[in-house]
Amino acid sequence: MRSEARTGGAGLRWLPMLEARAMPSPAMRWLSPVIAALLTIAGGAVLFAALGKDPVEALGVFFLYPLRDLYAVSELLLKATPLMLIAAGLAVGFRANVWNIGAEGQFVLGAIAATGVALAVHDSGSAWVLPAMLVAGAAGGAAWAAIPALLRTRFNASEILVSLMLVYIAQLAASWLVHGPWKDPQGFNFPQTLMFDEAALLPVLIEGTRLNAAFPVAIGLLVAAWVFMQRSFVGFQMQVAGQAEAAARYAGFPVARTVWLGMLAGGAAAGVAGMSEVAGPMGQLTEHVSNQYGFAAIIVAFVGRLHPVGIALASLLMALLYIGGEQAQQYLNLPASISKVFQGMLLFFLLGADVFIQYRLRLAAWRARG
Amino acid sequence: MAHGMPAPPRLSLRGIRKVYPGVVANDGIDLDVAPGEIHAVLGENGAGKSTLVKIAYGVTQPTSGEIVWEGRRLSLRDPAHARSLGIGMVFQHFSLFESLTVVENAALALPGRPDLVDLSHRIEAVAKRYGLPVDPGRLVHAMSVGERQRVEIIRCLLQNPKLLIMDEPTSVLTPQAVRRLFETLRKLAAEGCSILYISHKLDEIRDLCHTATVLRAGRVTGRCRPADETPASMARMMIGDDLPVPRHAKAVGVGDTRLHLLRLSRPSADPFGVSLKEIELDVRAGEIVGIAGVSGNGQQELLRVISGEDPLEVAPPLRLFGYEAGTLSVERRRALGLGFVPEERLGRGAVPQMSLAQNALLTAHRKDMLRAGLIDFAAMRRYAAECIARFDVKAPGPQAPARALSGGNLQKFIVAREVLQRPRLLVVSQPTWGVDVGAAAFLRQQLIDLRDSGSAVLVVSEELDELFEICDRIAVIAAGRLSPLRPVHETSVEEIGVWMSGMWPDAVPMEPADAQ
Repeated sequence: MRSEARTGGAGLRWLPMLEARAMPSPAMRWLSPVIAALLTIAGGAVLFAALGKDPVEALGVFFLYPLRDLYAVSELLLKATPLMLIAAGLAVGFRANVWNIGAEGQFVLGAIAATGVALAVHDSGSAWVLPAMLVAGAAGGAAWAAIPALLRTRFNASEILVSLMLVYIAQLAASWLVHGPWKDPQGFNFPQTLMFDEAALLPVLIEGTRLNAAFPVAIGLLVAAWVFMQRSFVGFQMQVAGQAEAAARYAGFPVARTVWLGMLAGGAAAGVAGMSEVAGPMGQLTEHVSNQYGFAAIIVAFVGRLHPVGIALASLLMALLYIGGEQAQQYLNLPASISKVFQGMLLFFLLGADVFIQYRLRLAAWRARG
Repeated sequence: MAHGMPAPPRLSLRGIRKVYPGVVANDGIDLDVAPGEIHAVLGENGAGKSTLVKIAYGVTQPTSGEIVWEGRRLSLRDPAHARSLGIGMVFQHFSLFESLTVVENAALALPGRPDLVDLSHRIEAVAKRYGLPVDPGRLVHAMSVGERQRVEIIRCLLQNPKLLIMDEPTSVLTPQAVRRLFETLRKLAAEGCSILYISHKLDEIRDLCHTATVLRAGRVTGRCRPADETPASMARMMIGDDLPVPRHAKAVGVGDTRLHLLRLSRPSADPFGVSLKEIELDVRAGEIVGIAGVSGNGQQELLRVISGEDPLEVAPPLRLFGYEAGTLSVERRRALGLGFVPEERLGRGAVPQMSLAQNALLTAHRKDMLRAGLIDFAAMRRYAAECIARFDVKAPGPQAPARALSGGNLQKFIVAREVLQRPRLLVVSQPTWGVDVGAAAFLRQQLIDLRDSGSAVLVVSEELDELFEICDRIAVIAAGRLSPLRPVHETSVEEIGVWMSGMWPDAVPMEPADAQ
């Protein structure tokens, strides 16, 4: 942290330096996402000003307009649902140092599997359609995540690379299906399946909104994830295996099981999120089923400190950025990438603020040499 | 000898003070080392020895105070700067790249881009001259702690230093190798090299060092000529009290056999590992059995087989508590009553980032810490608090992360965690490696008390004095073979020292009569 810049003469000079804390600061651990969120808003204001928009008005459109009434809030919760689902599943793996970066692909596979069920029993009207779609979605996502898990445990292949590459295969598979075998014959040649029938759509919670039953499922999953990660012995064993493999072997904890559980939890949760999207607001499978939720959920998991409560809050914030970005396109004539810029700023500031969990800033005196 | 030379001291530290968050590690330390002088820095763990030598080697900068090198005041920027002045250091915690070979590691510490073949020859020459056998082509990660230390020493000697700093260098050498090392150090000193020798081993310091500076709690508490002192008088300066001596009553009533190895052989899966060959060993209730030997002779492999981290393909050659147990998992063996303290504390015996309470859960979860698969946090914290209290672990509390503890305190905690589970057989590797004298004496006493309560104890250690102090029977491991077990009162440090090079009476059955 020392700078070699010289000051005139041989006096003392004061330089800021990072000093390791004796113990990681628990306060900073939770303050850091708040600081990151505030800096993101400040950075956004600067950005809007640079683009020639009134920062106050633009921030209002971006952050407050999405909260203006019940319908807007229901849209926010709808957007947050898949993020919550995916991030809760990913956190189980991330806490054990199992790096599933491919939730995006597992989401698509979940959507494909659920669509497969919906199309196979189209117009049956059975009450079992939705549960079957849920199971298919979870299984589809888990199966896609099982590939990197198998390659990691068998051949020590990096799950980061394998899961990421499988994203593109999943997207192309979805594309092939909606251009080919599953294309809606009455769909004017658009790449999409036919609209699901009523029995294959998630029930809406509040009349007049699109918020559906996936939201309570996501909340339930967060609670289950909390119990598993914070309270269960298996969750503890996974953490040990992730942080110190030799210690896990010493204590007799199964190391390969950690990789499997970590990958499958993320995959199944992402698959359920994919199902909730096709059986929810979309009502069909299209090429652009995912909206990058699988990648955004990685940021959500970290902003939420891999803790279920944090993830719930962070997914609301991330949903706000999604919707705020749409509003900014609509009312401020800004490009669609504006929400990506905000996502990027949030992650950037978070990583910066996280340094202060382990370190603190101090002014130190150095005797100038020369 | 170079005493009383008119030249300025080679290194002079004046009023060195170093403050870390929450602790003053050094508080006004003065120390002079003359050319050709072997100067001991003596102190318990946490006395500030390591901080002081890190300052002398440029690893860290003092909060205040002066460093004077050969009469010139300067500030050491970093270790490279120190090396360019002619300061070399052998660390207690190794600074080797694990994925590189010995010769590559040595090359990285030298300026420029040395030719590796040429350097290999130089390493072999230095290794031979100083009696530190090492293969330049071996990868460091496959080496034991003792072998890695040899590499560190050799790497330093390659640079012909003017001041050599050695942090606890002898803890893993055989008595014969220690003697050879001392000859080397004396030769280096006679050639004019100054040596700063960090240790807590009092007889070694008396044997080797010209002068000594004693530290306690960051301050200088004494300066002496070790040759004029007794170990007891130096210990008093060091710990401010008399050295505790373990009460080692003879084993009373040895009971059933708790561990039995029957001609255990196992080829090493790792090309750089050691294959175990026809090992016969029995450990009975109420006795402590010691295994001596230079590290890297099969200790790691043997311990992994016993602990279950590396189970056998067939059950019979390993019997635990009478059961054929060779294929059992770690989990099953612990359930039967096995406790184990591994050599590596951080990362194997404990998870560095986790709290002591969580580290208690690591192996003591059988002690009523689980309810239907969920953790009973109160029970977990209670157990950790009990470990801390019963073994006098210096830690803020059960919530402190394991990595925040000093080596000695963490070892106390790990041993406490295993001992308080009342194991029927406790296996301990290097119980006091790098641990200060006070804590080491305490840990040895705990092992003796455990034995007296009827448990069987197996200790693997490289410190012969320690084994002779606590063990009832002793054997030596060399090149993957185990010597016969001898009651300690029927053997001697000298005999075991000879055995450590693999020469026990019937070691090579081919030769009929071995020359005694």
